[in-house]
Amino acid sequence: MEASRKFEVMKTKSKGVIFDIKKYALHDGPGIRTTVFLKGCPLNCWWCHNPEGQNPEPERIWNNQNTQREIIGREVSVDEVMAEIEKDLIFYDESNGGVTFSGGEPLMQPVFLDHLLIACQEQDLSTTLDTCGYASWETIERIKEKVDIFLYDLKMIDDTKHKKYTGVSVVPILSNLKKLDLEGKNIIIRLPVISGITDTEENISQLIKWTSHLQIVKEINLLPFHKSGFSKYIKLNRENKLLDLDPPSQERLDQLLDTFRSNGFTATIGG
Amino acid sequence: MNERITKLREQSLEARPWLDPERAELLTQFYQSDIADRVSIPVKRALAFKYILENKKLCINDGELIVGEKGSEPKAAPTYPELCVHSLKDLEILNSREKISFNISEETRKIYSNTIIPFWENGRSIRDIIFQSVSEQWKAAYEAGVFTEFQEQRAPGHTVLGDVIYKKGFIDLKEDIQQSINNLDFYNNPEAFDKREELKAMDIAADTLITYASRYSEVLKELAREEKDSNRSKELLKMSEICQWVPAHQPRTLWEALQYYWFVHLGVTIELNTWDSFNPGRLDQHLYPFYKKELEEGTLTEEEAIELLQAFWVKFNNQPAPPKVGVTAQESNTYTDFTLINIGGVKEDGSDATNELSYLLLDIIEEMRLLQPSSMIQLSKKNPNRLIKRALKIIKTGYGQPSIFNCEAIIQEMIRQGKSLKDARNGGASGCVETGAFGTECYILTGYFNMPKVLEITLNNGMDPRSGKQIGLKTGDPTLFSSFEDLYAAYEKQLRYFIDIKIHGNNIIERIYAKYMPAPFLSLLIDDCIANGSDYNAGGARYNTSYIQGVGLGSLTDSLSSIKYNVYDNNFVSMTELLQALNTNFDGFEALRSRFVNETPKYGNDDDYTDSITVRIFESFFNAVDGRPNTKGGHHRINLLPTTVHVYFGKMTGAMPDGKKSREPLSEGISPVQGADRNGPTAVIKSVSKIDHLKTGGTLLNQKFTPQLLSTEEGIEKLMHLVRAHFRLDSHHIQFNVVTADTLRKAQMSPEKYRDLIVRVAGYSDYFVDLIPELQDEIISRTEHGSI
Repeated sequence: MEASRKFEVMKTKSKGVIFDIKKYALHDGPGIRTTVFLKGCPLNCWWCHNPEGQNPEPERIWNNQNTQREIIGREVSVDEVMAEIEKDLIFYDESNGGVTFSGGEPLMQPVFLDHLLIACQEQDLSTTLDTCGYASWETIERIKEKVDIFLYDLKMIDDTKHKKYTGVSVVPILSNLKKLDLEGKNIIIRLPVISGITDTEENISQLIKWTSHLQIVKEINLLPFHKSGFSKYIKLNRENKLLDLDPPSQERLDQLLDTFRSNGFTATIGG
Repeated sequence: MNERITKLREQSLEARPWLDPERAELLTQFYQSDIADRVSIPVKRALAFKYILENKKLCINDGELIVGEKGSEPKAAPTYPELCVHSLKDLEILNSREKISFNISEETRKIYSNTIIPFWENGRSIRDIIFQSVSEQWKAAYEAGVFTEFQEQRAPGHTVLGDVIYKKGFIDLKEDIQQSINNLDFYNNPEAFDKREELKAMDIAADTLITYASRYSEVLKELAREEKDSNRSKELLKMSEICQWVPAHQPRTLWEALQYYWFVHLGVTIELNTWDSFNPGRLDQHLYPFYKKELEEGTLTEEEAIELLQAFWVKFNNQPAPPKVGVTAQESNTYTDFTLINIGGVKEDGSDATNELSYLLLDIIEEMRLLQPSSMIQLSKKNPNRLIKRALKIIKTGYGQPSIFNCEAIIQEMIRQGKSLKDARNGGASGCVETGAFGTECYILTGYFNMPKVLEITLNNGMDPRSGKQIGLKTGDPTLFSSFEDLYAAYEKQLRYFIDIKIHGNNIIERIYAKYMPAPFLSLLIDDCIANGSDYNAGGARYNTSYIQGVGLGSLTDSLSSIKYNVYDNNFVSMTELLQALNTNFDGFEALRSRFVNETPKYGNDDDYTDSITVRIFESFFNAVDGRPNTKGGHHRINLLPTTVHVYFGKMTGAMPDGKKSREPLSEGISPVQGADRNGPTAVIKSVSKIDHLKTGGTLLNQKFTPQLLSTEEGIEKLMHLVRAHFRLDSHHIQFNVVTADTLRKAQMSPEKYRDLIVRVAGYSDYFVDLIPELQDEIISRTEHGSI
């Protein structure tokens, strides 16, 4: 209802599918931000807390009361998204905040994302891209100059395991990261801390070793696994493979912080 | 805090409020004396004040540094039968009601039934005079819950002290009075005699406080002689000297300044039960010169300063608000008496006013964690971020204080009302959120105004469905309206009708106070009462403003939005069916109610569809009230705040088109309807900033945040930016509850375990367990902004 009224003036510019716009987003980059969640993701991570963002198409899910179905995701134009983003200009100005594109994987909709980034540039808005890095270099090349900060997810280095837990190879992810780093981009690595999967000694030491070859990147955010996305699996009628997994202990997180810091990283919990 | 303060604080927290008949008895004795009938009314009031303070019991608590209580001991609440005489039934209600009760002894009841009631009943009290003087239409609207009346049990006040007492002793004020008397022109000024009587009364009042302080001085000297502990003995002697020096002379030290203010506070609140008690206002500004000088001279340490200020804080907490009954009790249901300490802001030359004392006071607020005095920061764009961050770190402890005000907005509001730049910069906010020029203005709240009720009456063609009485205008059968514009025009007509009734009443009630209940003591303190030879209650102050406080902005917006959206724009429901649903309190209309609640545009989401209605309602209210003359040479203005009246008004209002069921509370302040804001705090701020705050004398915005959101330095930083952006949009005020709904629910279930849980209500903080259940539910249902 609200969407149809808000967006009754449909512009003809490129369109894309989003599943949420969150204002006063505090953990997706500096300052006060608006985060736009683009729908569709090439990965299928076991721990995904936004499983409703995986499917590129709008889909029906059960509502909280389990009484009726609601539709997740809607097709919107760049102008429509910008109208929402621009409502909070004064907050970005005051806090040196801006816009974050997240998902899903925003690079799954490269044209739409590109147009959104251009529109943000026109408004002098700072932009952050929250990405898993799984895309062709051509896609990344197209947008890279329009992104101020990359929040770049890096889960594990071992390709076999990466395939097992995310469904895709880590090779293009690492290659893209290396190229962006070589070009001197502002990148913050984000590591989801999943007990027994990403936080193993083996994976951590491989991560440190691999990233030590990067030129610029020296900042990492640890994102502890949490269960807040669990109800969405039920609503989507999708299998949750980590139903019994607990979030990492504070102790383990502190250990990890120490490890990364002693290897020259600026490490923090959360974004 | 040290042992002494811990003890004084505990004593204040543990004492149960009780109704103290001492003042009422002394007042009655005086009124029964011969002299009372032989003098002019101002002089009579001054002599009554004198008689009370000459005979009132003195109270010096163990270990105290600042002396004097409003009653005969901490938490003893005096009564004011000349304004409102409590019946035996009232006393029983006050004694036995579950919340905000006052212990009333058998002895007190006897005094009441033998002396006080027989003398004051049958038309002698101001309350009786008011109800005899206002129109039938006024009474009908008052009884229907269209508006309340502030002055029916409590005297005009709402005022804040400027810097007069830090520059002058009462002896100096007496000289000013004499000067003013000498200047009276009995040849050409027909008011010369009245002015002389008023000035004589002020002079008596000034002498009275000096004498009252001397009584303390004598007793303290006596106690010092008897005291075995030599340190305490020295202290008592020092206190005796202080009470001999102030209020007669200009204070020389921090201690003298604090004791001086406290005597003045007692004087104002014993003379009459002024609303919002009394208020030292810009405390960090007034006290800083004393603090700095003494620290430099080495006559005071920071530790001693803190102890004195903490002792001062306890004095406020010892004074529960005067016992209220009936509608007045419902509109302000709390022991808090609304002294609001202002910190920060700008100096009169416009520069950043923060100093070391600003931060010291914030430390004291955090450490004392008392309900009273309430506190706020006036945040200027010139103030450093350190000020607001320090405030947010106190707020995050879940205490609801301090609230945060926009200094620049306050100044612009006053300039718009015609005050000088200097007076505006020396001002601030008092009570809940009310803008005022400190030390120069009499700005009184006259009553809350139930805006949604006016719509309800409009939807019933002038009839109040609660009583079936035709109390409004016949503005037409809404089922015959062909557009939203027709409906809105009817609402606006109805609104103007009730505002007229309210102002008609205000202009009567103001004159009743001017003629029968002058306040010569309060008049000493507010410029230019002495120079004008005119009383605070009769227009003596430099500025005189009468406020009508609009309530239910969110509820009214959402109700009109619902009608526009569902009836006129989309034809989802006919007006006939909508009215049927309201008349049956949605019984059998659950699906329709669900549409109203869940699928209708709501205020607070930065959506122009609804927010444009908010702006329209605001402008209608503003245009109906602003600029209309009061009887004191000033004007009527608006502000938007509720205290606790949104619960009472909700009870008096039936089902509404926003989905509110009969008797449920209205929205409070300018906040969205509880739970209607779904797009986070930036959207709320954008919505509320669309009304022109600068045309008001105060607005109130409540926001509830989870503690998690303020748990990190970064979270605090971002909240600071949120507040700064809010103020860039010219908004007046914001306050935060940092507590989870879960905690509040638990407190409701086991109050005994949550005795010390303090929450922000509306412009003040209160113990959660002391709130009535409806108000507890209301706070729980406010939208909670969490972390993403």
